[in-house]
Amino acid sequence: MTDIFSLYVWPALVITAQSVLFIVVLLVLIAYILLADRKIWAAVQMRRGPNVVGPFGLFQSFADLLKFALKEPIIPASSDKPVFLLAPLVAVTLALATFAVIPVADGWVIADINIGILYVFAISSLEVYGVIMGGWASNSKYAFLGALRSAAQMVSYEVSIGFVIVSVLLCVGSLNLTEIVLSQSTGLGTMIGLPATFLDWHWLGLFPMFIIFFISALAETNRPPFDLPEAESELVAGYMVEYSATPYMMFMLGEYAAITLMCCLTTILFLGGWLPPFDFAPFTWVPGFIWFLIKGGLVFFMFAMVKAFVPRYRYDQLMRLGWKVFLPLSLAMVIVTAFVIQIFGWGAAA
Amino acid sequence: MLGLQAFFFYIFAFIAVGGALMVVLSRNPVHSVLFLILTFVASAGLFLLTGAEFLAMILIVVYVGAVAILFLFVVMMLDLDVGQLKQRAVQYAPFGAVIAVLLLAELIIAVSGGLADPAPMTMTTALPMAETGGLSNIEALGNVLYTRYILFFQLAGLILFVAMIGAIVLTLRHKENVRRQSIPDQVARNPATAIEIKKVESGRGI
Repeated sequence: MTDIFSLYVWPALVITAQSVLFIVVLLVLIAYILLADRKIWAAVQMRRGPNVVGPFGLFQSFADLLKFALKEPIIPASSDKPVFLLAPLVAVTLALATFAVIPVADGWVIADINIGILYVFAISSLEVYGVIMGGWASNSKYAFLGALRSAAQMVSYEVSIGFVIVSVLLCVGSLNLTEIVLSQSTGLGTMIGLPATFLDWHWLGLFPMFIIFFISALAETNRPPFDLPEAESELVAGYMVEYSATPYMMFMLGEYAAITLMCCLTTILFLGGWLPPFDFAPFTWVPGFIWFLIKGGLVFFMFAMVKAFVPRYRYDQLMRLGWKVFLPLSLAMVIVTAFVIQIFGWGAAA
Repeated sequence: MLGLQAFFFYIFAFIAVGGALMVVLSRNPVHSVLFLILTFVASAGLFLLTGAEFLAMILIVVYVGAVAILFLFVVMMLDLDVGQLKQRAVQYAPFGAVIAVLLLAELIIAVSGGLADPAPMTMTTALPMAETGGLSNIEALGNVLYTRYILFFQLAGLILFVAMIGAIVLTLRHKENVRRQSIPDQVARNPATAIEIKKVESGRGI
């Protein structure tokens, strides 16, 4: 009996507790990320943004949550009901599932698996299903057009994201996210004799890739300037047109969870994860988790700023950027990185 | 951990078989594709159980994340008439039955005696795990793929390349009288070439 308990029950309990804790922290974080998004957007436009609920509007997201949860979900009569309700569930579940492998500090990860980055890539490539299913099941032209746009867009930009990840993997030599972070403790800076600093992280060694990844992440998460699936001037709200109340909230939650994931991924791949920017006294006192949050927050700030001041792309421009600019560029960079590593024998550097 | 593994094996296997059945049985083609995707995901779970984690992820990335999306795309756009389809299905039933019998026969031959490993498959033995000598899945695959099977690997790449070019050739049409956006032309414009100033006499028009 104790055998079964120690083998199955206890590990299952531990994993459940860890996951619940992580998801609760994550959801609260996402609530504030949503608020930050609106506040930054407002500040750029010289507005105040949400400032009524709580001090400085800090509880705005929770008020929204209550509002969405208490309203009546309207399901269109001619919609495909099971798929219609399944779509937001798919979107939010997949977006949250990816966080299982994200290391927020040394050893702070729920599932430290060997193929971490591949898992993230696989699950995030499934996220498009929430959008397509929602768009199709709504039985509305706007929603369907939005879904089609989204499908083409996400598939296109996944290609360049894949190549960017490959070039990082070439430098690291492992698909484990923890090892990807740890490999950035040595790099370009230490090679010329400096102590470990932020110069060692991959953003410098793989600089063009960092930019490509950031822009592709914007497109992958349907953020402005690539928010064509929900372009309000053309498609009202795209694939979310027919959604209301809780299902709509789940779509929003899934979207912001995906954005948070992309911020975390940028931090892990290019900004050294939880590593401090300078590896000496005052900086090493700060726990890694805090550094991770700061870096992720910085990346999100850039996400929000782009939303505030870049006009929306036209659809053919979006496709041109993905296939004719990013794809050749990232493919060339993979080849260049492989050559450099092979010729100079730099393992974790480049 | 054997009991747990068997438990998950049964879950994934039932989902895979049930999903595959529903692909054939469901009336709506879009539902069929969605069930097909469910089957893919369950098969990826089965791969995970046998320790082929890389294959599982690649199955999801390539088949579910790309191929099935395009499939879904096409089925959604076609707006198929289910009644007509059923009629045609009856028409093709004998042909389908022949293929089904052939596949079944192949499977039976492969399982009953054709396998190189004569060890009987029973539920008490652990799932077959490949010996990789402590290497991770990806390293083990890479080691054979780029050495022993390099020719096959390159050939597969070549076939895909030819197929890709074929698809482009088949669909590429140079339409006349279509005004396309030319980015270099746009960027190269300056006031001298773009603006024409005309003197208009008052009350005349251009």
